[in-house]
Amino acid sequence: MKANVYVTLKQEVLDPQGDAVRRALGALGFDDVKRVRVGKLIEIDLEGADEAAAKEELASMCEKLLANPVIEDFRFELEK
Amino acid sequence: MSASPVALPGEPAATEALAKEFGLSADEYAHALEVLGRTPTYAELGVISVMWSEHCSYKSSRVHLARLPTEGPKVVQGPGENAGAVDIGDGFCAVFKMESHNHPSYIEPYQGAATGVGGILRDVFTMGARPIASLNSLRFGRPDHPKTPHLLKGVVAGIGGYGNCIGVPTVGGEVQFDPSYDGNILVNAFTVGIAKSEELFFGTASGVGNPVIYVGARTGRDGIHGATMASAEFGEETESKLPTVQVGDPFMEKLLLEACLEIFASDCLEGVQDMGAAGLTSSSVEMASRAGTGLELDLDAIPRRTKALSPYEMLLSESQERMLMVAKAGREQEVFDACAKWDLEAAVVGHVTDTGRFVCKATPGYDPMVDPPEKAAPEVVVDLPIGLLADDAPKYDRPQKAPGVRTMTTQEMTSVSVGGASSQVDVGAELRALIGAPNVGSKRWIWRQYDHVVRDGTVVGPGEGDAAVVRAFCEEADGSILEKFLAVSVDCNGRHVFLDPLQGGAMAVAECARNIVCVGGEPLGLTDCLNFGNPEVPETMWAFAQAIDGLASACRALGVPVVSGNVSLYNETDGKPILPTPTVAIVGQLRSAEDRLGLAFDPAGAEAGHVIAHLGVPSRGALGGSEWLFAKQGRVSGEPVGIDLDAEVALQKAVLTLARGHLLASAHDVSEGGLAVCLAESCLTKGVGAQVRMPQTGGELPPEAYLFAEEPSRIVVSFAPAHKDAVRKVCEEHGVPFEVLGVVGGDALDIDGVCSVPVAELEAAHRTALDAIVGDDA
Repeated sequence: MKANVYVTLKQEVLDPQGDAVRRALGALGFDDVKRVRVGKLIEIDLEGADEAAAKEELASMCEKLLANPVIEDFRFELEK
Repeated sequence: MSASPVALPGEPAATEALAKEFGLSADEYAHALEVLGRTPTYAELGVISVMWSEHCSYKSSRVHLARLPTEGPKVVQGPGENAGAVDIGDGFCAVFKMESHNHPSYIEPYQGAATGVGGILRDVFTMGARPIASLNSLRFGRPDHPKTPHLLKGVVAGIGGYGNCIGVPTVGGEVQFDPSYDGNILVNAFTVGIAKSEELFFGTASGVGNPVIYVGARTGRDGIHGATMASAEFGEETESKLPTVQVGDPFMEKLLLEACLEIFASDCLEGVQDMGAAGLTSSSVEMASRAGTGLELDLDAIPRRTKALSPYEMLLSESQERMLMVAKAGREQEVFDACAKWDLEAAVVGHVTDTGRFVCKATPGYDPMVDPPEKAAPEVVVDLPIGLLADDAPKYDRPQKAPGVRTMTTQEMTSVSVGGASSQVDVGAELRALIGAPNVGSKRWIWRQYDHVVRDGTVVGPGEGDAAVVRAFCEEADGSILEKFLAVSVDCNGRHVFLDPLQGGAMAVAECARNIVCVGGEPLGLTDCLNFGNPEVPETMWAFAQAIDGLASACRALGVPVVSGNVSLYNETDGKPILPTPTVAIVGQLRSAEDRLGLAFDPAGAEAGHVIAHLGVPSRGALGGSEWLFAKQGRVSGEPVGIDLDAEVALQKAVLTLARGHLLASAHDVSEGGLAVCLAESCLTKGVGAQVRMPQTGGELPPEAYLFAEEPSRIVVSFAPAHKDAVRKVCEEHGVPFEVLGVVGGDALDIDGVCSVPVAELEAAHRTALDAIVGDDA
């Protein structure tokens, strides 16, 4: 199984990186860009076929390491 | 007075219960109602509650802070402004302050510490000074607490991340691990900058009709009620009820710094203030209060980055990297031009009035983030007297109560600690363990993450001396550069303050000043950051009041006035207070770089026969509050060791004279870990041994008491044998006890008849002291 884990800053949290990208896009002439938020995609290959167990494990990974729950949200999807 | 402010749709009505949730007591709420003669709106209640929070109003501490000495010939700016300033000659001054960011750093260590650094930098450059160096004072829980590694790593990375990005060197600091900080760490950040004394800027909103300009980052829902949070205890619940954490943007801060200094130089401003704790509200109110004016703000004009911000949220947001400026009427464009050059947002958001009131207008339902915004006529949503929020905010002289006796005598201590006769103590093994303890050993893992050399001014860096020394490049009007040398140090040992807050407070100041002297500097001024528990607990309030008196007495004795500071109360978790921690930082000045001293014995001194001497008060072997006793007993214990301020003053004068006479090769004060650790550090820093004997003034006390006692007012120096008579003479002239301990040389620290430990072993233990916490990250 392969998991795609998306970790993003919570909506209300300032994103200096996203803001820098927004400015840079504006400087390149992409005037219609109003807001940019930058997050990360983490690809994980998992052994085993139990989807429920995998989901539980992924949630635990996110809470313990992949995301900082104080300022970040996470979600993930599984591919067989 | 304008019409009564309107309540916005959907906002709850102010009640005593809501006021309590916002941190106001029933009495305080009743007082607000009485002064206003009506019920405040939701936004007004928010404004009142943050301005009356401990963090902004200093309501429990003000009556005590008034006892601190704040005047002196070198003082350019005392407390009450964004930062204090002392004269460093030729029309230049050092501008500095220290502030706490304890609660945010516990919740989110990286961002909490980073924004703490950002906040203190803004306090300094708001005054018109260019920051040249930062320090930090950190407290974490016990080394084996499960949260300690995460908090330590996050805080250090945050300080480094922000400080390194903005290009201000972090040149030193201190850290202590103690179980009292398990659930409430301390992050105190200090910055010093340089300005021309005549060109300082102040946080005043003067000149009726002058425009109020918002500069910097846009407003979001960051850290709303952060100031109130900093004024309440933590409980299990707080950890889940988190406000939106403030995230720092050091590049934005760098732009803000450069833009501000450029705008200041054009002389188009009346005043400026950083939007720190309680954001727009406190900056507006404090500026108007200082000038005796009023302010009217148009909240519709506030730059924002998120939709549907309410007046309450805009007024209380603690979004970082923002400034509030009051420009001279008609010169707004100069501010806008500078901001455009530095890619910063700027907007006129109001003007100065003569009403003595803080008035905010907003259009209900208006949101510039929505296309197309609908703009109707704005209505008054806040209308409060400035006095009510500032000078007339509640002020308490809270009840105090001295705690019961909690100490044992030194004799009891030693017998408890070693289980009988002192001859059983293997002093060598104890020293190896002590020098490798996180509280005593090397902090290299921490400072190697800080850029401590950027700007090319660092003369004495981390681990090289008792204080850091930085070169300040002072630019004259004609473009020529004057070099000045500043020494900076930050200190406090909460264990000694716990045992006796009066003496412990004085010891913190004395040690900090002693550290400045040990690098060859003369102390000029002090800033403090007073971290205590819940002031409503009489024992805590007693400790606070006593510590203030201790600080005040030492400041007076040493001639070091307090020019700025900060109070952080409610540092406790589930009713358990931290050790009382009145952290102090001192800025001193060296006459020249040649006067500087390090703490290390000189390896070349081995051949030259460098003499090691103990200057100052002979030890009584009093182990109270010492790290060694803590290690033995697992708690802070012993009789308070106390301090003789007259002896301290004489010692510091003598050592400063010796440093200026270039008579010494090294100077290192006896502090945590005692004399043995002091000697070991001087040996291991450059890898040379020493042969010393026990002090002859000892009498009958056991060696471990002599070697590990942390009694103040002692400095170990080394010097060339040819200087021995001169050093002795200076000590005699100052009435300072002088005792030769031995000589530099060999590859072991050899304490005659007690122990001999190879320097390599000491160095290895010292170097790996934090490994137990940070693992192989080192």
